[in-house]
Amino acid sequence: MAAASAVLQSEWTKIRTVSSTVWSLASAFLVTVAMGAGLSALVSSTFDDLSEAERVTFDPTLVSFSGMVLGQLAMVVFGVLVVGTEYSSGMIRTSLAAVPQRATFLFSKIAVAGGLALLVGLATSFLTFFLSQALLGEHSASIGDDNVLRAVFGAGLYMGLIALFSMGVAAMLRSSMLSLGILVPFLLLVSNILSAVPKAKEVAQYFPDQAGAKIMRVIPDAMNSEPAPYGPWGGLGIMVLWVAAALLGGYLVLKKRDA
Amino acid sequence: MIEAVGLTKRYGAKTAVYNLSFQVRPGVVTGFLGPNGSGKSTTMRMILGLDRPTAGHVTIGGHPFRQLPNAPRQVGALLDAKAVHGGRSARSHLLSLAQLAGIPAQRVDEVLGVVGLQDVAKRRSKGFSLGMGQRLGIAAALLGDPQVLLFDEPVNGLDPEGILWVRNLMKKLAAEGRTVFVSSHLMSEMALTADHLIVIGRGQLLADMSVTDFISANSADFARVRTPGTEPGQREKLTAALMEAGGQVMSEPDGAMRVTGLPLPRISDLAHDADVRLWELSPHQASLEEAYMRLTQGAVDYRSTDDRLAHLQPPQQPGHHGYGMPPQPVVQEVPQQGWYAPPPPGQNPYAGAPGQAPAPGPYASPAAPQPGTPQPSDTPKDAR
Repeated sequence: MAAASAVLQSEWTKIRTVSSTVWSLASAFLVTVAMGAGLSALVSSTFDDLSEAERVTFDPTLVSFSGMVLGQLAMVVFGVLVVGTEYSSGMIRTSLAAVPQRATFLFSKIAVAGGLALLVGLATSFLTFFLSQALLGEHSASIGDDNVLRAVFGAGLYMGLIALFSMGVAAMLRSSMLSLGILVPFLLLVSNILSAVPKAKEVAQYFPDQAGAKIMRVIPDAMNSEPAPYGPWGGLGIMVLWVAAALLGGYLVLKKRDA
Repeated sequence: MIEAVGLTKRYGAKTAVYNLSFQVRPGVVTGFLGPNGSGKSTTMRMILGLDRPTAGHVTIGGHPFRQLPNAPRQVGALLDAKAVHGGRSARSHLLSLAQLAGIPAQRVDEVLGVVGLQDVAKRRSKGFSLGMGQRLGIAAALLGDPQVLLFDEPVNGLDPEGILWVRNLMKKLAAEGRTVFVSSHLMSEMALTADHLIVIGRGQLLADMSVTDFISANSADFARVRTPGTEPGQREKLTAALMEAGGQVMSEPDGAMRVTGLPLPRISDLAHDADVRLWELSPHQASLEEAYMRLTQGAVDYRSTDDRLAHLQPPQQPGHHGYGMPPQPVVQEVPQQGWYAPPPPGQNPYAGAPGQAPAPGPYASPAAPQPGTPQPSDTPKDAR
């Protein structure tokens, strides 16, 4: 029985010795921070042009996470690659020949990669928050304000969870290409478009990204957005359920299918 | 010790392996032979617990693979040389595998030295040749100093020096008392490496015996007899005499005869009594390759057909052999050679182009396929 600690150590080696994982995490960080800071600077300089309603419900914390839309895609790439390259390279057979206990193998991999994604996500969310608030000047929020710490911490959790969700999807589909081909358009287009269509948005608000992203809002219906039937933590809970389902599905596929 | 009992694997309607039972014993190199698609790799994957058998079971040292305590320390395997993340260096790849089994990093450098990759250890495996990939795979198999080793086509892509090295390595590992199970389709290589053979075809066991038993059980030794080509009457005379004495005679295209069922001195005596001179009387023992072909000829899934290029080429000039390869003297009647196409008339080295035959003299005609002869499975014979 390969000890879980040994598998964790091995998975850590696998992650750090491949440049694609390093690059995808670095771009998640850079894209989110740069876009957040850029938009914050833009909003700060054009604040007076905003409509009355928008000014009243202005959510400086949410603005600092504007880069998350693209940054999360880099997190998706990271999550997909960590699992998917095992299949595309055929390494999965070598790995499973060394760790016949498939649950230990998959969940150790997910624990290491998910933990790393979470750390990078938290570093990203805190840095982008402080940098953006500095740029927002007089319109900025402070980390000590009500619910702000929850939103910043939640944004980091969101990034970690989206990476975990991608790992689960990649384990189910057993292919990097297929997983990216589904996840990227879904997160970038489908989910956003559906949540703007009147009837579809009733369903779309339960999508993992739409539900999970509510945690980043300090003012619930900021910028004229519709109120959701669940709170910020409720939204994150919905996302966690999605992640759990994806990981369970991935595990069942790995357990049942031949490698 | 690997033990398979009634191993069966179906993929939908296709049965890849059917009711396979065998034992692989320690201390000897056991060769695992079969045509392409005969189920060798599927069997190897089932041994390693990667594929679940539809029926039956396979154990290593009495345990199913998935229940082995610390599997990498007991079983080492090379399944697919390219099953490596191309962006990871050879050393990092081995290190991640070593950590799984609690093997110290020092051992990684040790096996890199054993397989001769120490100079490229820091390079990404993406740029590795197939031969280097094989070496990396062998390094991974040796990592845990296991008692049971499985190699799937380990010499594919290796240079002659590498092939020799693998051969000696297998023998050394077996001599140390380990269980060594090697699949290959290179018969000539198996003849030199393996002590014991397990042969499968269409997923079923065809033979499980020692190499020497295998050859004698599956091949017929014969004598090649050649009478003076200038006197056709002598040939007929001798054929009649041989058949009368109870021998079987088959003719080869260059005019020689294949005689079975009679010892060489008896053939000589009969020729003497019939007053026939002989230009050749030579004993031939079938090679492992021939024996293998004979055994598996009914079980080949992927058989090459003759690519005649009828629409692409002008009529053949006599003496033109395409690819610059001398045509193999072929005996149409000999069953184990049914897998290559008979040459068009006028294409044997004696009739057309003496300059192109390897040894154009009328005596030397290598009839037994030599190592390197195209095999049905991997080299389409293109008899133009």
